[in-house]
This record gives sequence, C-alpha cells and structure tokens, in this order.
Amino acid sequence: MKKNVALITENFHHYIPPDLAGYKHFGGFTALKKALALSEEDLIERIEDSGLRGRGGAAYPTGKKMRQSKAYQDDIKYLICNADEGEPGTFKDRDLLEQDPFGVLEGMVITAYAVGATHGILYLREEYAHLLELLQGAMAAMRREGLLGQGILGTALDFDMTIFSGAGAYICGEGTSLIESMEGRPGRPRNKPPYTKAQGLYLKPTLVSNVETFSAITAIVKHPQGVFTGYGTQKSPGTKLISLCGNVNNPGTYEVPFGLTLEEIITELGHGVAGDKGIKFVQVGGISGPLLPRACLKMPLTYEDFDAEGLSIGSGAVLVVDEDTDILDFLDAVAAFFKHESCGKCTPCREGNRQLMNILKRMREGTALPSDPENIQRIAHTMKYASFCGLGKTAPTALLSAIKYCPEEIFMRRGQ
Amino acid sequence: MRDRIIEIIGTHGKNQGALIPVLKAVQRMNPRQYIPQEASQLVARIMGLRESEVYEVVSFYGEFSETPRAEHVIKICDSTVCRVNHHRELVDILEHTLGIRVGEASRDGKFFLEYSPCFGACDVAPALRIDDKVYGNLDRDKLEAILEAYRR
Amino acid sequence: MDLVNLTIDHIPVAVPKGTSILEAARRINIDIPTLCHHPDQKVKANCRICLVQTGADQLDTACSTQVREGMTVLTTSKLVRETQRGVLELILANHDQDCLKCIRNGNCELQDLCERFAISRGDLEIIPPGDRAVDSRPKDLFNPSIVRDYAKCIKCNRCVEVCREVQDAGILSSAFRSTDYMVQPAYGKTLDETLCTYCGQCIAVCPVGAIYEKTQIDRVWEALDREDRHVIVQVAPAVRVTLGEEFGYEPGTPVTEKIVAALRRIGFDKVYDTDFTADLTIIEEGYELIHRLENQGTLPMITSCSPGWINYMEGFFPEVMAHVSSCKSPQQMFGALSKSYYAQKTGLPPSKIFTVSIMPCTAKKFEAGREEMSYDGVSDVDAVLTTRELARLIKEAGIDFRGLDGDDFDSPFGITSGAAAIFAASGGVMEAALRTVYEVLTKEEMPQINLYEVRGMAGIKASSLFIGDLEVKVAVANGLANARKLVEEVKAGNSPYHFIEIMGCPGGCLGGGGQPINTDKTVKEARMKGIYQVDQDMAIRKSHENPQIKALYEEFIKEPGSPLAHRYLHTHYKSRQ
Repeated sequence: MKKNVALITENFHHYIPPDLAGYKHFGGFTALKKALALSEEDLIERIEDSGLRGRGGAAYPTGKKMRQSKAYQDDIKYLICNADEGEPGTFKDRDLLEQDPFGVLEGMVITAYAVGATHGILYLREEYAHLLELLQGAMAAMRREGLLGQGILGTALDFDMTIFSGAGAYICGEGTSLIESMEGRPGRPRNKPPYTKAQGLYLKPTLVSNVETFSAITAIVKHPQGVFTGYGTQKSPGTKLISLCGNVNNPGTYEVPFGLTLEEIITELGHGVAGDKGIKFVQVGGISGPLLPRACLKMPLTYEDFDAEGLSIGSGAVLVVDEDTDILDFLDAVAAFFKHESCGKCTPCREGNRQLMNILKRMREGTALPSDPENIQRIAHTMKYASFCGLGKTAPTALLSAIKYCPEEIFMRRGQ
Repeated sequence: MRDRIIEIIGTHGKNQGALIPVLKAVQRMNPRQYIPQEASQLVARIMGLRESEVYEVVSFYGEFSETPRAEHVIKICDSTVCRVNHHRELVDILEHTLGIRVGEASRDGKFFLEYSPCFGACDVAPALRIDDKVYGNLDRDKLEAILEAYRR
Repeated sequence: MDLVNLTIDHIPVAVPKGTSILEAARRINIDIPTLCHHPDQKVKANCRICLVQTGADQLDTACSTQVREGMTVLTTSKLVRETQRGVLELILANHDQDCLKCIRNGNCELQDLCERFAISRGDLEIIPPGDRAVDSRPKDLFNPSIVRDYAKCIKCNRCVEVCREVQDAGILSSAFRSTDYMVQPAYGKTLDETLCTYCGQCIAVCPVGAIYEKTQIDRVWEALDREDRHVIVQVAPAVRVTLGEEFGYEPGTPVTEKIVAALRRIGFDKVYDTDFTADLTIIEEGYELIHRLENQGTLPMITSCSPGWINYMEGFFPEVMAHVSSCKSPQQMFGALSKSYYAQKTGLPPSKIFTVSIMPCTAKKFEAGREEMSYDGVSDVDAVLTTRELARLIKEAGIDFRGLDGDDFDSPFGITSGAAAIFAASGGVMEAALRTVYEVLTKEEMPQINLYEVRGMAGIKASSLFIGDLEVKVAVANGLANARKLVEEVKAGNSPYHFIEIMGCPGGCLGGGGQPINTDKTVKEARMKGIYQVDQDMAIRKSHENPQIKALYEEFIKEPGSPLAHRYLHTHYKSRQ
C-alpha cells in the first residue's frame, strides 16, 4: 500500500495561492464544471457513493448530510466552512487553506449547488488570521473569473462567500457555538432542536462542514468515479489527512489511505521518534482523544477498527509522545486546556474540569487522596454522560485512557 | 475614539453579527491592544446593543483583553504538543530577555507576554505568535533575532 | 394533532409532537427533577439534572429533548440515578452551603433536590471540602432593593433571561467562560452602577438564595421597640391576595383582615390601607388626564404608580418623561400624607411618625429612598417591606396566621373602594381611572364599570371608550419589554392612545418582585382572579365615591391639582442616562 498519497493534497506546492491561473492549470475548477453538468440529485448521489464522512471529527456521512440539507428550502441558505481548527495537534486544515485554498473554495461552490445554498461563509479561527489576506485574495480572484457571484460559469447558480474571522474560542468548532459567535454572542452551544440544517445562522437553513470535507468533495468530483474509493478499505474508503506532530523527526500534514497503521505513519512518514527515543504513547484525534500505548500502534487507521475499540479518529491528529515525557505533566496540559476552553454553560463541564484539575494537581505533588482514583472515575462519568456538548463529554477521555493503560505511573507518585 | 468607533461600525454594520469584527477592529486601533470599558460602552450605544451583551462577548473570547497589553502581544502556545516539545525553554528565554513574567508587559510598552491555546503550528513546535504572525521551530538564537527585529 | 407514542418507565403515553420528555412524564405523574427549568422561561438545559435514559448507553436532558415515536425512556435507571447524583455533587461543589443562614432556607430548589437525592444518606459530597470552589466575589449590597450573593449562584441564567427578555433592562451578562463563568453586570459593576430598575423579577425566578431583597425587617423592629415612635403601616393592594401563599393558602385567597390583625399584634400603632391613597391617585391622576385632554396637554399620559417602570423610563426612555403623570405612587402619597395631614390631625411631629409600607415590590424600597420623597429632611416612608418580608415578620413574631380572627383597617386611611383594590392587577389602574374620569366628565353613571378588555395576563391590552363625544383610546402594558413597545410609539410621536397604563412586572403588582417565590403564570392568574373578586365584593367601587377621600379634599387638599396637591401628591423625574 502506498503510504503517502496525493489526492486531496494533489495541488500542494504546484501553484502559489492565490494564483488562480496556476490552480486552473492543474485542473482547477474542472470539478465544479462537472458538478454543474450533473443534476443536484446525481451530484449528491456521487458524494454518497464515495462514502465520504465528515472530516471535522464527528464523521457523519457527508452525502447524507447534503441530502438532508437540500430538503430545507428557504430564500436564504447558508453554507459554512468550519475553519475553526482548534483541536490541539491538528493543523491539516491550515495546510489546506494555505497550500490549496481553491480546492476548499471549489468544494464549497460544488456543495452550494448540490444543496441550494445562497450564502457561503468561511469561519476562520482567530489563530489563523495570517491566512485572511490570502483567502480574501482567492475569493476575489474567483469573483473576477465568474466563479463566485451571480450566474456562476454561465449557469443559474448564484452563490458568493465571505470570511468571518473568529476571536479565539475552541468551543466554536462546535457548529451551534460557531453560529452563536457569528451572530455576535459568546460561543456557547445551542439546544437542539432546532437543528442547524433547519434553523442555523439567523434561523435560516445552514450546512456546516469541515475544510477537509470540502477539499475531499472537490477531489471526488474532479476525478473519475472509483479514484477516491480506490484508496482505503471497504468501510473507510478514500484518504485522510493526518496532522503528525510531537516527538517525531518529520512532523507535518500527510495524506494517507485509510488502513495504514499508526506505526507506519509514525515510522515511515514521520521517520520515527526524535532522538531515537522510545514511544510512551500516541494521542489520536486531538486533545479530546485517548492516549494509546505502544501496543495499540498496530491498529489500522479506519473508522471500523477505531469504532471497535471505542475510539475515534477525530480530526486526524497523531501526537507522538516520547518516553521522557512526564505523563502527569501531559495530562495537566490536557486538563488545563479544557478548563480554559469550557464555555461555562453546563455544570458537568464547568465544574468537572475544575475538579479534575484539582485532582491532577494533587497527583503531581504526590498528595493524592485515597479516594481520588474513584473521584476521577465518578467525575469523568458525569462529564461524559451529562455534559451539554462534545467538549465536556470528551474532556476526560485522555485521563481515562491513561488510567486504563498505565495506572501505575499515575497513581504511584508519592510526595517527598 | 468616538469618531474612530463610528467609522469602524460604519464599515462593519450595526447588525449584532458584526459585533466580533467591530470589537476586533476597536482593539486593534488601541495602541495597547485592549478594549477599554468606554470603548465597549460606545460600541454598545452606537450598535444599539446592551452593554451587558457586548461585555459577554469581550469577556468570553480569548482574543479580547479588558486590560491594557502592549504594542505587540507575544502568545506562547501552552498546549500539549508545544509542551512535549519543551516550550518551557522558550518561556524562560522570553521572560529572561524581556525581564517580565507571563501576563506582564515589558517596561518599554513594546511586548506583552501571554499563554495561548494551540494555534495550529504543531508541525513547527515549539512555536509562538507575535500579533498575527506565527514563528516556529524556535531556539534561543532565532528567538532573540525575532525580538530584535520587533524592537527596531 | 400529530400524536407521538412512547413509553416512560414502561408506561405507554401518547403526547403531541414537539412535547418534551419532561412534559410527557409529568402527564403521567412522573416528576423528573429539574433546576434550571422554569415553566415561564425558555428551555436552558444547562444544569443537567433532568437526565433520563433514552438508549442503552445514552442519557438526555428531559427538558430539552423532544419525544420521538417508539421512544423508550427510563427516569430512574441506575445510570440515571448515578449520573444525576454526580451532577448534583458538582453543583454543590460550587455552591456556598450555609443553608441555615440562607434566606431561602426551606424554599430553595437546590435544597429540594438534595432532599430528593437523600444526600444525608449517601456519599454525595465526596468532593473534598478543599476542592469546593465557591465564587468569591463579594455580595452586592450597594442599593436599597436587591442583594446579589455570588457564592450562591448556580448559573442557571433565569435572571439573565428575565432581565433581558421580559424586562428589557438587560443589565446582566453571562460573562467569562469555564470556572470564571459568572452572571453579573458588565465589567463587574454593582447594580447601583447600572440602569437596574430594581423590579426584582430576577429574585422571583432565582431557584436559590443568590438574589434577594435587601431587608428592612430589623429597622421595623427597632422602630416598634422605641417608645417615642408612632409606628404606622400601610398595606398595598396586591399583598392581600398573595401573602396567604406563605401560610399555605391557595394563590388568590384574600387574607386582608388577617393581615390587619397580624400587624396589630406585632405592635403597629395604626394599620392603614394603601388602597386609600390608590383612590387618591385616581382622583389626582384622573384630573390630570382631564386637564391634559381639555387643554391640549402632552398625550398620551402614562401612569406613574410602578417604580420599576419609572426607573426604566428614567434610564432608557427619558424622552417620554413629559408623558408620565406627575402623580406620586400610592405608597408615596400615603407617606406624604402621613407626615403632613396625619401629623396635623394627630398632633404628632412628623419626625416621631415612622411610616412602614408593605409592598409587593422591591423597587418600592428604592422609591422610598429618593430624595424627592422627603420633606424637610423627614422621609415620607421610613421602611418598606416586601410581601415576603411581611411573612417573615409574622413568623418571627410567633403569630399563628391561619388561626387569627380578622380585623379592620384603622381610620382615616381605612375606607377604600374596589377601584383601588384592582391596582394590584395589570389594567387595574386604567379601569379604576376610567370609572372616575367617565363620571366626572359626563356627570352620568357609567353603564358598565367592569372593563374586561383591559383585564388579564396579556402583555399588551388596548381598548377605547366613548366619554361623551370623545373616544378615549387606552392601552395597558405589563412587563417592561411589553411597555417598551408602547413607549417606542410614544417616543416616535405616533402613539394612537390618550392614556397608557404601565406596570413594570408581568401581570402587574400581583406578579411583583417582592411577592412569594416560585410563581408561574398560573399562580398569577389565580391572584388576579382573587383581586377582581375583592373589587366585586366592595360596597364602594369608584374612587370618587370614597367618602373619606371627599373629606380629605375638604379638610386638607382642597381640590385635585391644587398647590397643596402638588406639594404632597405630585413629583418630578430625572434622566439617569
């Protein structure tokens, strides 16, 4: 199996954004032309057939989501590209926007056509403000070429887009929080129903998808049927972008076919652990993902294999941590992050993260109480089952996995 | 200040959806990169919002500061990846070179030091941001050269 | 109607589509615990206590989850019980637990939950005491009406919603995030630094002891203890149909005579009725309206009895100030008379008279403290107790309220009309005023004195009435967000009305911020029914027919709008912007 492929990332380094002519030279906007030649129905079917699942972390089938969105007719329908890539250890969306912004934007126009969206918004996280100008330039270039605006490419498609620049909040990666922030409020999640697809931004039908999902849509439509599905496994067709980072020699964004093992990713793409040290654990899916011990590294990266273990590929972050790292120090960073980023709205997340920080502090200082192992379990249970949104539900994941895989290192520390 | 704020709101509109872009622009126009209370009151009045609604937003988002910072804000990633890549050394160098602790402004008003959650530069960790610009793969020499460039 | 079939705890139930699990369960007498949920408010789902099991490994909040066809819901499974206890544990970890000293001890939704989950029996509070993190912001004690105790706040956001959406004051922020998350005015201001109207609706919806009135009970006891003080008390119209709730009566039960008896037992020298000055208000305000109608005065005229509304107007709409009647509220008319007419009549120096009001309202405390509301350094009203404080006073005095025989108000401020009683309900002032204005202007008996169009809980009510040849157009609003709609028209100069009644609180004073807690719309409706029954049962139902009012004019004020009336019964306003 080829380890590092270039399908979604095929244009990386081939043109210098926002050079639209360069993008076109490598087949840019042929996907859009093909899409516009299809009926909306056939286009959605095409995406359904590709087996593409949302690349933001929730892995909801993209075609199904498009079909649901299409069913909501209104004078205004928003299409939002979620570029609030806040998951620590994840930077593949940044790379896509930086290296091939047209690939993303083309995917948005294709999707707008399929679902009948009228207004596009790219929600760019504050931390990616340095990409703002580039993306504005890319959109302007598209507008000049009739690829955005009224009657795109001479068809009846009217669609334009803007950029909304966030103000720094991890929670805004969650769709309804993102919408709240666009409406000028704190990014705290909304109750559902109403669902975003029916009543999202300004209570209009809204479809929110991840950056990589749009890039993948472009790649799927651009290439003949079977190219995308030619990669990966039966149940996890296609390729996935991996953000490989931590103590590896060669960190970076890699496009891999589903089915590769974590070990292959680390040793063959990442060229192994820096300084030839041993791996202590790997955190997959970002900071809300579990810590996997070395024994798990043979596991293939597929939805089905991860599901079977109760794990999630999440955003596709692979953080390698070497044996020199103090696991409690690492867990403290995780807990501090969630304590910083909890929106405060619901009790389990707000108070649970505070309590987990307290316990971790005791553990690091060697003053853990005899009841603390049980306290962790109980608080984590409450957070997992009772939190309002995914942030609180997944905040204790890393800690729980660490306890599962290496309890001795966590509970044995004693004060001097 | 009032005229500048009116101008900013003129650009972005009075719809509540413009609040975050407006506040970002208001913060940027302030040489110490923060949103003074009077500014947020003016924003509220001109946009027809309650002060409480504006304050909710100012106090919620990481990018907004209620207190004065400095001409340049240095944000050091404090998340997992930068931690395993020994960001502590960066912090030490910065604190030592600037003579301040995280959460403080340098005496010349040039730099403010603060922690930030991950800003997606993990492939070049340890990394930091100065205002909107990201610097990665840092070591002592690189860091000192960068600071020097901002001092000039 | 689309019905959805599901089972809750194995009991089949069919409910309309869109029903929440919480409502569906209540229909079959299953009481799922709640905390942030309030029947008159939006679904919040932030406390997370109302969890139910909807799948093998799935919990959902019953308040925010709609029923689905074929759904199987369990409300007391092991997973539900354990997780609910976990949630409660985390709420308590952030809550000051000095329940014994708490004003809401015995009437607290969080305490009820603790009882329900039998925390005494279990090991609920295993979070080590050192890890309990109670918000340490000092209490906000800097205004005369409302106290906010941040250590008790459970962040349910009910007060934020009522302040912003029902009362349109919007002075509260859900500020910061995570453990810093705090409900507070912008920039951590104290309430007196904001445009807070002191309406107290935040108190009425707070499930715990985080917001309460600033009490003056001790001040009252102190005055009662002093030999050299003549302590008199007035009881507002809306108190008589709500106080009973604190002693186990059904909402809306009139307990007027028992209140009089209780106050006498407590030791008040005289017990009077604010209804008397409500009648007086009608005369003064009625003549003011007539004057404005006949002399091309500023119209529409807007009522001025509700201090929450006055604070709101001064803070948010000072432009309409000229439209607001210059009449003092009944409380302040009483206060002014108590230190003038009454002092003369009794021969007591005003400084020896201590005037207490029993009010359904927290803004009345602020109103009594306004500098315009005193004369020669003597306050017109010396202490204001809310309905809730009166209940506490009665309990402190060891009075068996239910067992009391009734008693009548003292003279001269004891004879009142039904028109005054209905001041308690939204629309009541309007109805009372029209009963008088009609008869004064036409010199004929009003054919139908019950004005049903302006009664009821609707937020805005409008009507019109021919008085002679003039069609007088009137409107009534309760709750400040509703008031705003009428006031915006006035401000824009396109209000179609001649006369507008505004009450700050939903339902009027019977829904006031000083009334017994734990009320929803149905309770207010019952109180309203009670007050109209009081009116119906009165011998006199029109203010201008009150003989004592006639006597007051003959002996003291001479005529409505006279210089003396202006000195004692009228006031002025100032912008707070």
